[in-house]
Amino acid sequence: MPETSELELSRRGVLTAGAATAALVAAPVSAAPMAIAPSPPTPAMQVRFKVNGERRELSLDPRTTLLDALREHLHLTGTKKGCDHGQCGACTVMVDGVRINSCLSLAVMHEGDEITTIEGLGTPDKLHPMQAAFVKHDGYQCGYCTPGQICSAVAVLDEIKRGVPSHVQGDLTAKPTATNVEMRERMSGNICRCGAYSNIAEAMAEVAGAKA
Amino acid sequence: MRAFTYERAKDASAAARAVTANPAAKFIAGGTNLLDLMKIEVETPTHLVDVQDLGFDKIEATREGGLRIGALVTNTNLAAEERVRRDYGVLTRAIVAGASGQLRNKASTAGNLLQRTRCPYFYDTNMACNKRKPGSGCAAIGGYSRQLGVIGVSDSCIATFPGDMAVAMRVLDAVVETVDATGQRRSIPIADFHRLWGDKPEQDTVLKQGELITAVTLPKPLGGKHFYEKVRDRASYAYALVSVAAVIQPDGTGRVAFGGVAPRPWRVEAADALLPRGAAAVTARAFQGATPTKDNAFKLPLATRALASVLAEAKA
Repeated sequence: MPETSELELSRRGVLTAGAATAALVAAPVSAAPMAIAPSPPTPAMQVRFKVNGERRELSLDPRTTLLDALREHLHLTGTKKGCDHGQCGACTVMVDGVRINSCLSLAVMHEGDEITTIEGLGTPDKLHPMQAAFVKHDGYQCGYCTPGQICSAVAVLDEIKRGVPSHVQGDLTAKPTATNVEMRERMSGNICRCGAYSNIAEAMAEVAGAKA
Repeated sequence: MRAFTYERAKDASAAARAVTANPAAKFIAGGTNLLDLMKIEVETPTHLVDVQDLGFDKIEATREGGLRIGALVTNTNLAAEERVRRDYGVLTRAIVAGASGQLRNKASTAGNLLQRTRCPYFYDTNMACNKRKPGSGCAAIGGYSRQLGVIGVSDSCIATFPGDMAVAMRVLDAVVETVDATGQRRSIPIADFHRLWGDKPEQDTVLKQGELITAVTLPKPLGGKHFYEKVRDRASYAYALVSVAAVIQPDGTGRVAFGGVAPRPWRVEAADALLPRGAAAVTARAFQGATPTKDNAFKLPLATRALASVLAEAKA
């Protein structure tokens, strides 16, 4: 595991100290009835998978989500933690070619899997067409949801191509097409609180059109 | 999240034995609901048995002309299966009306049936909840109950079963197949699978500890037109306030089940028989004895209107 930077250490130190102070202050109010015995330590488990084409091996507490393994252990911080409950889509990555919420999956369940994160789609010098289209169409404001939006957008166009049905489809036996309504429905698991939705849909439409 | 140990099971009976031996153990497949609940310590298993390698990931034709859906088939793959789209459209429609693309890619068929209620009081560990902590009371009764159940509920719990897929399976008369630690197999009609809460709301289904779902079978296709009408607060990615799964034949007869209203997909066969007489006749029978709260009484007329919309479309 790469070394943690000094900056991160000091930031964590401050957070820990802050939490301890808060706990002391709060103690008289929330004392005995809420106390839960600490969990006994669980032995770490080995897991091996490929991330962006590279073999990785980690030793993890079984509780570690795929999201935390990527961010905290492999330092691939492009994938974001928003709600941590599968509601916002900021943590979207591709596993064996399909998009999932990495926050709702245990890392140890991904033995042997191939994972693609935003870092594996393109690089600053060689953007993935979807990344380039997001830049061109201004498909973001603060950018926090953007890696998840882009991973999801790439996967959505693939799902449409593979004929995966959606809620807005009229004839279930017909092949879906990349219409605006289709893309909006399929992107509903990715929330953007800045409200860049219309530009995201335009970016996707451009990539879908270029492919067609 | 509370600490747990983890194993990846190699065969079904070993998995069933491991979970039977430890009352605090659970199976994990997609994990999309279980991990969500473990993070907030509503679920606190001490051991997880991962069933992803058990091979229950196929959809096969049955000798009776139906389909056998492996317990681990993802929601996306079930909805996309060609025979399901063609012959069991209500099932595809129900699945794609639920959750998000990311969740459907991970969630399994068995896990969808076993998902727990989304009652806000079940999720909040500071609140009384008989389902989460038996005997602690029900904060939902007299609380904020707009999304909660109107029928089949009890004095101890007014939560609903939140899913969509199972509502379609109820209309199709699906059967849940299981195996236990001794190798004993069971076929449970979906009508009997989810319990009414009664005074034991902590038990969602009739499954015993360690009993593992291996498949869900569908009888031969019904023909007719297939509908899943879901009414919700957002156009996408929201739980049903009311949903209607229906298969309507050209002569106006058919079957209907309602979601978002009860502890289980709600179907009353005697109400099915009233379909040719229109939506109001059907819901009057299906919701006979309903006990709505002030907050959720709107679900009763909403169910009638949602069904009326389906019946109008069936005639068109």
